[in-house]
Amino acid sequence: MDFILNFWVEFGAWVGGLLSNWGLPDWAVNLIADFLGVLILVVIGIMAVLIFTPMERKVIARMQDRPGPNRVWPYGLLQALADAIKMLTKEDIIPTHADRALHMLAPLIVAIPALLVYAVLPWGPGLIGQDLNIGVLYIVAISTIHVLAIVIAGWGSNNKYSLLGAFRVVNQLLAYEVPMVLCILTVVLFSKTMSTQGIVEAQTIPYFVTMPVVGLIFLICAMAEANRSPVDLIEADSEMVAGYMVEYSGMKFAMFFIAEYVTMFAAAIVISTLFLGGWKFFGLEDLAPVLTPVIVFAKSVFVIFCMLWFRATFPRIRFDQLVGFAWKFLVPLALVNLMLGALVVKLTENIWGQAGLMLLGNVIVIVVTFFILNRAARRMKEAPALKRIVAVER
Amino acid sequence: MQVPLSWYLIVAAALFCIGLYGALSRRNAIGVLMGVELMLNSVNINLLAFWRHIEVATASTPAALSGQVFAIIVITVAAAEAAVGLALIIAVYRNRRTVAIEDVDMMKL
Amino acid sequence: MSIPQVTVSHVVFVILSAIALIGALGVVTTRNLFRAALFLVLSFIGVAGFYILLEAEFLAMVQILVYVGAIAILIIFAIMLSQRLMAPGYKASNEQWLWALVAAVALFAALAFILLNVGWPTAEASVPQGTVAELGKALVDPDQYLLVFEVASVLLLAALVGAVVIARER
Repeated sequence: MDFILNFWVEFGAWVGGLLSNWGLPDWAVNLIADFLGVLILVVIGIMAVLIFTPMERKVIARMQDRPGPNRVWPYGLLQALADAIKMLTKEDIIPTHADRALHMLAPLIVAIPALLVYAVLPWGPGLIGQDLNIGVLYIVAISTIHVLAIVIAGWGSNNKYSLLGAFRVVNQLLAYEVPMVLCILTVVLFSKTMSTQGIVEAQTIPYFVTMPVVGLIFLICAMAEANRSPVDLIEADSEMVAGYMVEYSGMKFAMFFIAEYVTMFAAAIVISTLFLGGWKFFGLEDLAPVLTPVIVFAKSVFVIFCMLWFRATFPRIRFDQLVGFAWKFLVPLALVNLMLGALVVKLTENIWGQAGLMLLGNVIVIVVTFFILNRAARRMKEAPALKRIVAVER
Repeated sequence: MQVPLSWYLIVAAALFCIGLYGALSRRNAIGVLMGVELMLNSVNINLLAFWRHIEVATASTPAALSGQVFAIIVITVAAAEAAVGLALIIAVYRNRRTVAIEDVDMMKL
Repeated sequence: MSIPQVTVSHVVFVILSAIALIGALGVVTTRNLFRAALFLVLSFIGVAGFYILLEAEFLAMVQILVYVGAIAILIIFAIMLSQRLMAPGYKASNEQWLWALVAAVALFAALAFILLNVGWPTAEASVPQGTVAELGKALVDPDQYLLVFEVASVLLLAALVGAVVIARER
């Protein structure tokens, strides 16, 4: 019974014992065990694409009161496989005067940062790729490599529209990274450690209950980092066709989409780790530690459902409104929350006291924000019509 | 056994000299800036290698973390200098329509 | 002199130095400026690997975040905005490249000679003091590095304002 309950840890120990019983030296056992761990994490990342592509299309379709893909297998669940086969059979085009090496380099490195993030995500009390003591800083740093891949894609296509699309995407990604880092700082203030495992263990109350505003800001920023609607100007067909991806066809195009879904799943797991309590679920993880990966997966599926809900509900935001929203609204809000968090952490050492004070502070922030927005909206409504159009344009 | 200190210093010296060659011989102003960034990186490696290998007394003396703090400040200054340098290059490009540094040799146009 | 035992750190060191040096050589020799910027990114990543090997992992993440994520992107944008006049027939090196090469090689020879012949205090490296919390406390402690921290932030503010003003469109 104990073997079943602690299944994952026992399984790892069994594999290690098996390898060393075959007479391999110590360093080879470590190497093979690490390699197997990496393989499992990469497979989890790629499985995310297979699971979430049909899920996204079915969920959005049902929200729009239509059936969605239902030809491939019952309920259209193998749609991703059909898409993959289609992409594989397309012709591989390289534009004439494009830099061949750069054009082929970009799809290779666009999925790497997303997969690297899986190394620090905790799936259970002992189940983590590598418990770095700077886990969340690692996640932020690796996400900046994604920006580089997009720039290479835009430049390597020898097409000024894809270059402009790449500029826009970089602008958006860099703008939304700042509130994201400020929210992570607020969480780290409360958990006093940057390691992801430490943050999960410090959450006796999930941080989303303690600081909902910070959680929402992080959700919006994570969606913008993954280029999801309503901030997905790059993929919008009515905007620059496909932005920086316009000259890519076949499997290279598929790599960009794989990268987006892998990033989305990684962002969902990061949100569930930082804000929803990770692998904790009201004590279930003590009774049956084997269920912790299931708990993490369920929470991240919930977060992805929220992202799809956002996509199905909101219209696309214009580019200058998008960047203005990040700099003029999210950054001050995140800074206010950071200062509030620092104040609360210094005021009291008791966990419940900190949680209560932070929740109160967040409610006050929400009320004040609504008050300010209300006054601004009323002032804009009373302005004459011409000035209103000019104000919206700027 | 650790990687000995002299290995780190040799690699840092090599990086420094490559950056020096880049800063002295490139025609493009951005190429010169890239050489300068290489030199700053090599200095950082030196600082951290010495911080790691030289024994310090206790954790509470101010010198215990000076290597890391110095390296952080060098990275900060490098970022500030890269920003200002690139802004200057763009401004010069707008006025003189060239980025070759040998063409920017007179104060007046 | 006994042959030192080759451990994993030695192998990793050789690989990382190959990455960093190949990146650096690519920066100074290639004619296409965009590829030079990408080689620079490769070199930065090699240097970040060195920091991890030196057990300064916070510095490694800061290096990737600041250098690769910000400075490299800045450089690439500057290249894209000023690319049009560097035609392919343009030479990448100016006419004093030979003297620069001689100077660089001579300097490297001198440095290598000195570095290999000085008896460095081979303290068996103690466990490095300083988790990230210690580093944070050192940066804001009035007895330690608070002044340096504040001056660096003023410098960054001045650079930010200056860069925006200089590069503004009239």
